[in-house]
Amino acid sequence: MNSVTSTQDTAAHESDHGHDSHHAHHGPAKGIKRWLYTTNHKDIGTLYLWFAFIMFLTGGAMAMVIRAELFQPGLQIVEPHFFNQMTTVHGLIMVFGAVMPAFTGLANWMIPMMIGAPDMALPRMNNLSFWILPFAFLILLASLFVEGGGPAFGWTFYAPLSTTYSGDSTALFVFSVHIMGISSIMGAINVIVTIWNMRAPGMTWLKMPLFVWTWLITAFLLIAVMPVLAGAVTMVLTDKFFGTSFFDAAGGGDPVMFQHIFWFFGHPEVYIMILPAFGIISTIVPTFSRKKLFGYTSMVYATVSIAGLSFVVWAHHMFTTGMPVYAELFFMYCTMLISVPTGVKVFNWVATMWRGAISYEVPMLFSLAFIVLFTFGGFSGLMLAITPVDFQYHDTYFVVAHFHYVLVTGAIFSLIAAAYYWLPKWTGVMYDVGLAKLHFLVFTYFR
Amino acid sequence: MVKRVVASIFAVMASSLSFVSLASSERSDLNLPVGVTDISQKVYDLHMTIFYICIAIGVAVFGVMLWAMVFHRKSRGVKAANFHESLKVEVAWTIVPFFILIGMAVPATKTLFEMEDASESDISIVVTGSQWKWHYKYLDDDIEFYSLMSTPMEQIQNKWVKGDTYLLEVDKPLVIPTNRKVRFLMTSDDVIHSWWVPDFAVKKDANPGFINEAWTRVNEPGIYRGQCAELCGKDHGFMPVVVKALPPEEFDEWMAQQKALKAAAAAEEARLLAMNMSFEELMKEGEAAYMGYCAACHQANGAGLPGVFPSLINSPITLGDVNGHIDIVVNGKKGTAMQAFAKQMSLKQIAAVVTYERNAWGINSGDLVQPKDVHQFINQGE
Repeated sequence: MNSVTSTQDTAAHESDHGHDSHHAHHGPAKGIKRWLYTTNHKDIGTLYLWFAFIMFLTGGAMAMVIRAELFQPGLQIVEPHFFNQMTTVHGLIMVFGAVMPAFTGLANWMIPMMIGAPDMALPRMNNLSFWILPFAFLILLASLFVEGGGPAFGWTFYAPLSTTYSGDSTALFVFSVHIMGISSIMGAINVIVTIWNMRAPGMTWLKMPLFVWTWLITAFLLIAVMPVLAGAVTMVLTDKFFGTSFFDAAGGGDPVMFQHIFWFFGHPEVYIMILPAFGIISTIVPTFSRKKLFGYTSMVYATVSIAGLSFVVWAHHMFTTGMPVYAELFFMYCTMLISVPTGVKVFNWVATMWRGAISYEVPMLFSLAFIVLFTFGGFSGLMLAITPVDFQYHDTYFVVAHFHYVLVTGAIFSLIAAAYYWLPKWTGVMYDVGLAKLHFLVFTYFR
Repeated sequence: MVKRVVASIFAVMASSLSFVSLASSERSDLNLPVGVTDISQKVYDLHMTIFYICIAIGVAVFGVMLWAMVFHRKSRGVKAANFHESLKVEVAWTIVPFFILIGMAVPATKTLFEMEDASESDISIVVTGSQWKWHYKYLDDDIEFYSLMSTPMEQIQNKWVKGDTYLLEVDKPLVIPTNRKVRFLMTSDDVIHSWWVPDFAVKKDANPGFINEAWTRVNEPGIYRGQCAELCGKDHGFMPVVVKALPPEEFDEWMAQQKALKAAAAAEEARLLAMNMSFEELMKEGEAAYMGYCAACHQANGAGLPGVFPSLINSPITLGDVNGHIDIVVNGKKGTAMQAFAKQMSLKQIAAVVTYERNAWGINSGDLVQPKDVHQFINQGE
């Protein structure tokens, strides 16, 4: 074990012991009440992870419907209107129901252990932030069964398709997104307060494990942009039901303004889903290379710069909406710049492996797949950044492929790697390595 | 083992290279089309340049990574080195990519300025998207028409064999001259659409209430196909773009023909106003128009989609006052997906559709609406 992980482990062990003796005095409630009333960060982390897993399967089932219909041209299984509902809800579930809660689950489990804190700073809020989530997704899924079906306007819900031209279930969609947003904001506040105030004595900022760093920055991004999303859905709600004209040119509004607001949320949002993944890979690669992370501080700076840049690139999602050419240039240059800190990260991981003593345990396999496939995502992202060429790629499967490279083989692979890496620590039981390697082969083959 | 790995990697690289050479020589299903305009050629070149740069970076990065994975394995008994942090290396791998980016940005900026300069055009065409069809209007010639997908439903429902231009064919393509700068003015009647022809490298959103500009100058005559590229509702997949580029002389001929046809249509309308059509005639015409304009939403059986598009059976519109019925077809309903069809359909078609909707699906009201009734309705409002 190298020095970084061994410090983490010591801190973790201490907090583990602290916990066990704590439990011996009081003891958790039994049965379902244990999970409903729990304020224990590990229990809540477990809840988040199981919830994310269930949502991953639900969203995955929708992806199967989508792929089955697209298997050959013509209408086979579903009608276009239902197909659009599937793509929309698949997107919403995977983003808000699978990837984000899974990272929050990892944060709940690992951050207190990594920084030597007894629990999260705000345990009751922690409980609440999880337990409102199932209701958000019940509302969203229920909307599929109301008359007219669920949201069918894409997970980006561009107005006026989501306002004037949407079904009545839009109200359910709006409230469900509100609840997801509230949950995320509470989770983020908890992470920030915990990291800021509850680090063990001697753990200075630049001694924090990278997973903690990346989550701290992610949490700030969440607090910055989730209210923007809440604003966007609220305007959609009032435009549709209460006669306002935020996005209706006939009333003095502007449909393109919706896209500006949405992507001001949306671009930081994609980094919310990938920064913790960087933290995970930066933890696993050094461990199994038996070598210290090549550039710890430059990794921290790279993460901060990616987060900073994420606020000034939003309109690269909107090159075809008819922007002034100088605005297009600004957003093109800023977007291209993102590849610099992202490149720094990839180079760092490779340099960490260089002249290490590498062994191929399951978490390492997933991490290596992450590095290669995420880099493909990065390349396609760079190609997309070039405005003139983006006109051709925009709204095609090129974009779909790009973000599935970064989200599935990026975020999801890092989550699986993290689960295999930490499961023995969480449960005290080692998984079946043969089965796990089979899992890896199947996943990389079918990615 | 190592040899085998290296050999298979070379095999993969060789096959991907052969794909690339194929892609640049002829039209490929896998790569971006080169297209038929100077701009599309530039965009293609830019696309390939950046693609090759990415491949080069990828080969370098993954090569180093693979080397480490193969030779710095613990199972070979290597001992891990202990180096970390190097200001020189870290500055280098920040600065070098930055310069590569500048190399990409320069040609991209030049091309972008060209693409966005729609000034000094020879002809202007207003392109209007609506659910789910395109409307084209030649600004200088007062010619306008809708362009509807012509792929039969039977092909979509897998009852007939699909044609080569499945979902990419229309009843009336947009016709433009070659070697002329054609300016497009994009707008929309309802939601956001996006007008895309890959061979021109033109894709521009059609935003309701706003006008966007784009342009092209086509070098080769031919038929070019594209699609709507912004999710615009249920039948987003069924509103193709087809553009026919003709040499300028043939284009002028075509334009003259259109004007003659327009005059003939006006004469026909005038003749219709003076006469009455029979019930059978109206029903036949009405069914055809209904399938073309109405069935996408209200469905072929008139039942609509509950909660999204209202049913016409047992509806206060089809059972109520005839003038109310004509009104909603002619003027649409504000704030809903119901469009105003006054400009999309002829008087005859509107009369026939209203008659059809009041006598189909077991309604049998016996109401007959003649073109002159519709004409009267439209003109009384003014």
